[in-house]
Amino acid sequence: MKEVRILEIKQSVYADNDKQAQALRQELKEKGVFLLNLMSSPGSGKTTTLMKTIEALKDKLQIGVMEADIDSDVDAKTISESGAKVIQLHTGGMCHLDAEMTRQGLDGLQTEGIELAILENVGNLVCPAEFDTGASKNAMILSVPEGDDKPLKYPLMFSICDVVLINKIDVLPYFDFDMEKCKEYIHMRNPRAKIIPVCARTGEGIQEWAGWLEEEVRKWREA
Amino acid sequence: MHELGVVFHIMDSLEKVAAENEVEGISKVVLELGEVSTVIESYLQNCWKWAAKKRELFSEAELVVEILPAVTYCEGCEKTYSTVEHGKICPYCHSPDTWLLQGSEFNIKEIEVY
Repeated sequence: MKEVRILEIKQSVYADNDKQAQALRQELKEKGVFLLNLMSSPGSGKTTTLMKTIEALKDKLQIGVMEADIDSDVDAKTISESGAKVIQLHTGGMCHLDAEMTRQGLDGLQTEGIELAILENVGNLVCPAEFDTGASKNAMILSVPEGDDKPLKYPLMFSICDVVLINKIDVLPYFDFDMEKCKEYIHMRNPRAKIIPVCARTGEGIQEWAGWLEEEVRKWREA
Repeated sequence: MHELGVVFHIMDSLEKVAAENEVEGISKVVLELGEVSTVIESYLQNCWKWAAKKRELFSEAELVVEILPAVTYCEGCEKTYSTVEHGKICPYCHSPDTWLLQGSEFNIKEIEVY
């Protein structure tokens, strides 16, 4: 009979990742790299929004992009057309990126000279919210066809975001999407969330979003 | 939805603990899972079985999951109530100024080792 003993652990499953994320955030601060974690469902328009964001900010900030997907490099190819530095990360079947994977991605991207690094997380409203990537700010995109009730269904995602972009507002007339109700639901989960309605296809609202992002980078640098 | 990912995280953390405590093998892992955390126990068990076969330290390890009920606190009337049953709005005073007291936890409680 083997001698059995009990080891008390009493530690959150996410504790190790939280520690790594905190260390990465500190490191990026010293290097002067602002990391934005961009999250959303698949098909909400992350890549199109990113293209427009790069276009609006490329003369002001040196931008690097990490495209995280389970497979393929279609998004990285699209982003490379914008002229921004880009790297494709494969998560090997995982539904999110954690702090260690983000660090590896940043190493691969080579952040020398980069002022704004954007992580396009795996399209998913559940798992990425659980894992701190070490980002300075968290952003998410909710698109009109997904419905105004998503903040009720995925509370954690909305509660950790600093800014929510409501994308595809050009199709509002065709959907039962109540903009005011959606804003109310988001603020129920997160009273501090900044909400910006945009249309990445037509460029509507992109200036406000790019302005917000530029201002956040400036504030972060001065802090 | 990310049960396999968290299983890897748990096993990574416990491998460190095992190395620090001269552990030969793990016979039981006890987790505390909040009722409204985003992890589903049955998926977690399946992922655990799959991953445990691939790591020697866990090949004999049984996974025990203790569920912590979700409880919400109301700022309006200072009462607590069951989150799963009533959600965000307080059933007593109908205030929306409520917050989760307990139920989103996901902890490694203890392990049984030899």
